[in-house]
Amino acid sequence: MTLIHTLTVENLTLGYGDRTVIDGLDLVVPTGRITAIVGANACGKSTLLRSMSRLLVPRGGQVLLDGTQVHRMPAKELARTLGLLPQSPIAPEGITVSDLVGRGRNPHQRMFSRWSAEDDEAVAAALDATDTASLADRSVDELSGGQRQRVWIAMALAQQTDLLLLDEPTTFLDVSHQVEVLDLLTDLNRARGTAIVMVLHDLNLAARYADHLIALAGGRVHAVGEPHEVLTEETVQAVFGLSSRVLLDPTSGRPMMLPIGRHNVVVPA
Amino acid sequence: MARGRVRRGIRRRRVITVLALLIGVGYLVSLMVGQTVYSPAEVLGVMLGQDVPGAGFTVGRLRLPRASLAVLAGLCFGLGGVTFQTMLRNPLASPDIIGISSGASAAAAFAIIVLGLGSTAVSVVAIVSGLAVALAVYALAYKGGVAGTRLILIGIGVAAMLDSMTAYVLSQAAEWDLQVAMRWLTGSLNGSTWAQTVPVFVALVVLAPVLLGQSRNLSMSQLGDDTASALGVRVERSRVILIVAAVGLIAFATAAAGPIAFVAFLAGPIASRIVGPGVSLLVPAGLVGALLVLVGDFAGQYAFGTRFPVGVVTGVLGAPYLIYLIIRTNRAGGSL
Repeated sequence: MTLIHTLTVENLTLGYGDRTVIDGLDLVVPTGRITAIVGANACGKSTLLRSMSRLLVPRGGQVLLDGTQVHRMPAKELARTLGLLPQSPIAPEGITVSDLVGRGRNPHQRMFSRWSAEDDEAVAAALDATDTASLADRSVDELSGGQRQRVWIAMALAQQTDLLLLDEPTTFLDVSHQVEVLDLLTDLNRARGTAIVMVLHDLNLAARYADHLIALAGGRVHAVGEPHEVLTEETVQAVFGLSSRVLLDPTSGRPMMLPIGRHNVVVPA
Repeated sequence: MARGRVRRGIRRRRVITVLALLIGVGYLVSLMVGQTVYSPAEVLGVMLGQDVPGAGFTVGRLRLPRASLAVLAGLCFGLGGVTFQTMLRNPLASPDIIGISSGASAAAAFAIIVLGLGSTAVSVVAIVSGLAVALAVYALAYKGGVAGTRLILIGIGVAAMLDSMTAYVLSQAAEWDLQVAMRWLTGSLNGSTWAQTVPVFVALVVLAPVLLGQSRNLSMSQLGDDTASALGVRVERSRVILIVAAVGLIAFATAAAGPIAFVAFLAGPIASRIVGPGVSLLVPAGLVGALLVLVGDFAGQYAFGTRFPVGVVTGVLGAPYLIYLIIRTNRAGGSL
């Protein structure tokens, strides 16, 4: 089912009002892999992600999906290839889990078409993959934060896109649920080859789960590459203005960052 | 899971059937009952164009246009109201709360009383000013995006302003105009004619299919602009179509029957209570609106010692619900 899709950003400039957030940025999303975008608050991570999924019109440059500008593609056609889960999506009051997940089928449906067996299968598969099938008839309002996030991911899965963009999918979750969500996304990537691009706050989780890291600073790409190439003491200093130690995570063999603040530092850096 | 979807679909169809039956019964009863009661056979005879002595005038000229306008205007108010409430994700965001009905009403009153225009021209004036008010409220509430609360508060202010303009226009009316003019304050079906009813019918035939065609996009819009857009909805385009169609329905109905109080506001929440979450509310809300106006008008004519215009009856029903909503949102932390 998975075709190889290429998502590239060329000389992209984005902004709100008279403020430029992204300034002449180039990047290539590696196909079939997990990419994490990291950077300081308000460095334009979410803005970049929104523009990649057509939510924000570029001031300059372009976002290309398989060589076509995403802003010129028919909305539903784009939505069958590229999915986006915003940072704080809104659930309609009283909606059940299966209905919400079913909304993910919209790009596959025509104006007056009926709900099809294919839609049913896609929703069932999405619920299974996210381990939410037992919640199907529950109201989304009643769920815990971790459950709700899994349901939102299920909705994005029901969309059956080969590319999935997620804006901070782990915010507001405790650490075990953060790991659970990232494991789930990794399963998807491994099982279906879905390319995942996510904005993450936690550098260590980003280094642990992403194959490819992009560090943004000043509206541009500061560093890009495999975790060990990007997560260095120099990059952390340049991107976050923070002193740190970067060690090797004994469990994953990936880099791991320990911040150094002004207090409780017993061993000089 | 699939069962849940099927079950809700069946329930929605049942609700639609029952509502349609109730409207049919209500329509027939309001044709039969009055100062003189006619049999169903006599009523049917008039409807089929036969010459029924006595009933011909009372049923054909008085009751038939009135009951038809009640159903048509109710459908328009219900459809238009639930569209706004769903799109803005707030039951208070109904066109009769945020000034759109008031705008259409003020313009219609002005067009009739001051300019002396006929019913088609009045409808056009009403729809243009309804759209203008919708645009103005949106623009005034715009501040890097539109927040529901700000839009509603601004809309309430604009509505108050427009209502006072209507009152001013009415105060300028000749005394013999006043009875007719009172319609623009609360909405009334007194003296309904076919000339008023036909434009509403045409508006419904043209605009209701447009709204129904956007039904899925309307449901998707509840997820917020970003999610809806990511799921393939052309959010801006869909919003423009929905607003124009909904305002059109409200304006045409208002031009014919006045701003019948709270019908647009009540129909959606009542329909939602009956059919439950997760299904499109457009058709059920339209039917609830029709039933509210039909029953409200009938009750206003015969249930009390004096005759009340329908807007007074629906207003009495709607006001407590408005107070309830405001109290509830206050308790929930003032998020409106």
